[in-house]
Amino acid sequence: MSSVKDWAAPNPITENRGGLIGKGVERYEGRLKVTGSAPYAYEVEAPSRPAIGYMATASIAKGRITRIDTTAAEASPGVLLVWTHLNVPAQAPRGTRANPRSQRPSNPALAGDRIENFGQTVAFVVADTFENARAAANLIEIEYAAEQGVVDFVASFDQADQPPGEEDVHIGDFPAAFAAAPVTVDETYESPVQNHVQMEPCATTAWWDGDKVTVHTSIQMVKGGQHALAETLAIPSDHVHLLTRYIGGGFGGKGQAYDDLILSALAARALGQPVKLAYTRQQMFHGTIHRPAVSMRVRLGAQPDGRLTAFAVEAITHCARNAIFTEHAANFSRNLYAAPNRLTGHRLVKMDLPGAGPMRAPGEAPGMLSLECAMDELAEKLGLDPIELRIRNEPDVDPETGKPFSVRQLVQCMRDGATRFGWERRNPKPGQVRDGRWLVGMGMAAAIRGNFLLPAKAGVRIDADGTITLRQGMTDIGTGTYTILAQITAETMGVPMEQVKVEMGDSNFPPAPGSGGQFGAATAGSAAYEAGMNLRKALTALAVGDPNSPLYGGPAEYVTFENGNIAIENRSETLAALVARAAPDGVYVEGSISPAADARDYSQHTYGAHFAEVGVDTVTGEVRMRKMFGVFAAGRILNAKTARSQITGGMIWGVGTALTESNVVDARYGSFINQDMAGYLVPAHADIVDLDAIFLDEADDKANPMGIKGVGELGICGAGAAVANAIYNATGVRLRDYPMTPEKVLEGMLAVGL
Amino acid sequence: MKTTITVNGTARTLDVDSRTTLLDALREHIGLIGSKKGCDHGQCGACTVLVNGARINSCLSLLAMHDGDQVTTIEGLGTAENLHPVQQAFLENDAFQCGYCTPGQICSAVGMLQEAADGWPSQVMEDVAAMVDLSEAEIRERMSGNICRCSAYPQIVAAIRSVAGDAA
Ligand code: FES
Ligand code: FES
Repeated sequence: MSSVKDWAAPNPITENRGGLIGKGVERYEGRLKVTGSAPYAYEVEAPSRPAIGYMATASIAKGRITRIDTTAAEASPGVLLVWTHLNVPAQAPRGTRANPRSQRPSNPALAGDRIENFGQTVAFVVADTFENARAAANLIEIEYAAEQGVVDFVASFDQADQPPGEEDVHIGDFPAAFAAAPVTVDETYESPVQNHVQMEPCATTAWWDGDKVTVHTSIQMVKGGQHALAETLAIPSDHVHLLTRYIGGGFGGKGQAYDDLILSALAARALGQPVKLAYTRQQMFHGTIHRPAVSMRVRLGAQPDGRLTAFAVEAITHCARNAIFTEHAANFSRNLYAAPNRLTGHRLVKMDLPGAGPMRAPGEAPGMLSLECAMDELAEKLGLDPIELRIRNEPDVDPETGKPFSVRQLVQCMRDGATRFGWERRNPKPGQVRDGRWLVGMGMAAAIRGNFLLPAKAGVRIDADGTITLRQGMTDIGTGTYTILAQITAETMGVPMEQVKVEMGDSNFPPAPGSGGQFGAATAGSAAYEAGMNLRKALTALAVGDPNSPLYGGPAEYVTFENGNIAIENRSETLAALVARAAPDGVYVEGSISPAADARDYSQHTYGAHFAEVGVDTVTGEVRMRKMFGVFAAGRILNAKTARSQITGGMIWGVGTALTESNVVDARYGSFINQDMAGYLVPAHADIVDLDAIFLDEADDKANPMGIKGVGELGICGAGAAVANAIYNATGVRLRDYPMTPEKVLEGMLAVGL
Repeated sequence: MKTTITVNGTARTLDVDSRTTLLDALREHIGLIGSKKGCDHGQCGACTVLVNGARINSCLSLLAMHDGDQVTTIEGLGTAENLHPVQQAFLENDAFQCGYCTPGQICSAVGMLQEAADGWPSQVMEDVAAMVDLSEAEIRERMSGNICRCSAYPQIVAAIRSVAGDAA
C-alpha cells in the first residue's frame, strides 16, 4: 500500500466542468454492436482462413481412459489432425510457473489418461470445416475404467473441511448469547449449482508468426490469459500476443483460460495455419466453471426490541478436488449488521464435479439469499417491519473490525426505496392479498458488496490532430468500460468525447487487472485518470515552455483544460495547435494507481435495498414478478445509463436465482442434467415486469481519486432474497431451498392448506 | 451442394457441405459475422435473421432449405452511419451490454413489429381478433425467444416501445 493520498482534493473529475461525469452518454462501441460489426474472438479476421477445431469430452466423472481409438476420425473427410493424451504436443505440467511473475500457471489440455470431471476434454479434432470437425470428433471411440466419485453435495457434508488457510471468526461469546436470547431464528438455506451462461461461448482464434503466437480469445483478464498460455506452452510471455476486444459476457466465468485457448494455439503451431475453436453451449456447462451449491446455517438471537445479540452465519460449499476455490458466502455478513457476539465461517467439500469458481458477486450472491431471509423471519417473530429491524441493527462502525465506514447509506437506500416502491401497501400478515387466482406479496432485502482497488496502469497519447487515445490492457465484458474510460479521459483533458479514442483488450498495452469482482471501473478508471493527469502536466510544461504558445511563461499552476483548449485565464490555444507545433510526433505518458492506506483503514462497500412484488398462482404454484425496484449507493456514478443497466441486469440475475436457475447433478455420471438453455432457465423477457433502479448521490473519497465504486455485482446481492420474502408474504409459505420452482411452491401451499 | 440465396439484396451461390446451417453459411462462408451463435440449438435467439421478412433461428435451419430465399441479417438493416430506427433505439436506450444477443434481438424486434402490424395474435392478447396494441406485456411475450443474459430486458422493451410508438 502506498502512503496516504489526498484523494479528497478537488480534481477535474470531481469538478466535472465538462459535465461528462455521470452523463448517460451512449456506449462508446455501441454502433459496432447494434450493427453486428464488432468482431468477437471467433469472428476476427485471421491472416488466412482458419481451420476449425472441435473437442470430444469425457462421459464419466472420475476414472481412467483405457482405450481410445481415433482411426475412423483420422480417416474422416477434411480432418487435419486428431489429438488425444497419447499424441498431444508437449505442454508444461499443470501448475507450472516458469516465470515467477506470471499471474497464472500452466493449464495443459489432454494432459493424461486420468478423468477428473465429466465433460473434461479427451480428444481434439481440427478439420477444414466445422461440419467435418464435429463429425470426426463423434467417430472417436473411448472406453473408460470408471471410479466412484464424490458428486452428491448434500450427502457429503461429513467430508467438509475448513478451507485451507482460513479460520472461523469468533467475536464475543456466540453460544452463550444465542442460548440467552429471548427471540431466535435457526434455519438452514440451500442454493444450487448455478451457471454463468454467458451468451457467447468461450472461443479462441490463434495463429503464429515464427515463434510468436497471436490469440484472440474471450477472456476477462488479459494478463492472466497471456501468462496461462505462455506457461502452458513453455514460451516467454512476450511471445504471446493476446487480444480480447469484444467479449460476449463474462460474469466471472471467463476469468481464466480454458482448453480453447491452449488447443487452438497448439494446433495453429502444428498445422502452420490459423485455427479457431469454440465451446458448444453444452460443453460450456462442464468445461468451464460454475457457481457451487451453498448450504448456509443462520442463527440469530435478538432482544424483544429487535437488537441482535447473537449472530452466526456458517456456509458449507464445494469445489473440484484439484482446483481449490471457496465460495465465501458468509463474508458479507461480517460487515452488515451490528451484534456483539458473532460467529462466521466456511467449510469446503472437495468433489469430483467440474471446477467451481467465481460467478457474479461470488460470496454475496448465494450468501445473501440466507441472511436476508433470516432477517425477514426474525422481523416477523418480533412483530417488526423488516426495514425497522435492519435500522435497529445498523452499526456505527464495521461490526467485525471496528473500522469506520468510508461512507454507508444503507438506511437511506431502504427508506428511499420504501417510499418510491410503495412499501406501505404491504400487508405484514402473509397470505392476505388476493387478485383472482393469484396471491400477491411484497418483500425486501438489503444489498452489500465490497469495494476494491487493484494496481493498474494506463497509457494516453495525444496526436498532432488533437486526438487523445487511451490504451489499457483492460476488458469490457458488457459492463461499459470503453464508455466510462472515454468519459474519464475526456473530462480529465477537458475535451469533447469525439476527440477521445479508447483501445483495450491487448496484452501489449499497459496492464490492468481486467473485469471481475466489481473492481473494473474503479481500478482501470483510476489508472486512466492518473494517466490523464500526467498528460495535463506534460502539456502544461510544453505550453509554458514554448515561446510560440500564448501560455508561454506560465504560471503553470493556473493552467486549465476546457473545451479542447489549454488556457491561463484569457490566454489560450487548442490542444491540437499546441501539440502540432510543439510536439508534432505526439505526446505519450502513462499513469498508475495502487491501493492507498485508506483501503486498509476504512470499511468500504457499496449498498442497496431491493423491493419485490410477486404474484403466486394458487393453482400451479408459479411465481410471477409484478414489480421490482432497487435503490443503490455506489460512489460517484460515471454514466447514468450504463450504471443503471449494470444494476438492473444484476437484479434480474437475482430473479433467476430465486425462481429458476439450478444445475441439477446426475449422481450417476457427475454431470449436470440440464446442460443447455432449454434446461437451465435464465430469465427471459416475459419474466421481467416493471423493474427499475436508482442511485443515491454519493462520492467515496476514501475509495480512489474519483470517489467512484463498482456497480457490476451489487445488483444481484440480496435480490433473490427480496423475491423469496415476497413469496412468503404472498403465501405464508417459507421456502428455504432455491430456486423456488412451481413444484416447491405448490407443495408448500398444499402443506399450509392453501 | 449448391444453394442460391439473396442476402441483404445480393444474390449468392454457395457450394458447401449439406450439413451447413444457415447461420454457419452466413458467418463462415459469406463473412457476415453479425448473426451470433449462442447455443446452436434454437434456444437463445442470438442467430435470429429475417427470411422472406419473417424471423427465424438461423441455427435451426440448413442452408440447403433456403434456395431462392431472401435473407436479411443485421448487416442489412442499417450501418453505423445510417442506423435502422430499431438500432438507433437500442443505442439510445442502452438496450445491450455485451452485445452478443443484440443483432438477434434487433432482427427479432424488426420481424416482431411487422408481425404485430400484420395482426398476428399472441398468447397474452385477451381478444386475439383485436388490433395488436404493443404494450410492454405484448412486447415481452413476443420477444421471449431472444435471451439476453446481460439482462437488458427493461431497456430492450423500452427501445422497442419507442419505435412501436413512433410507427403508430
Ligand atoms: S444460436 Fe440459434 S437459437 Fe441460439
Ligand atoms: S447484451 Fe449480453 S446477452 Fe444481451
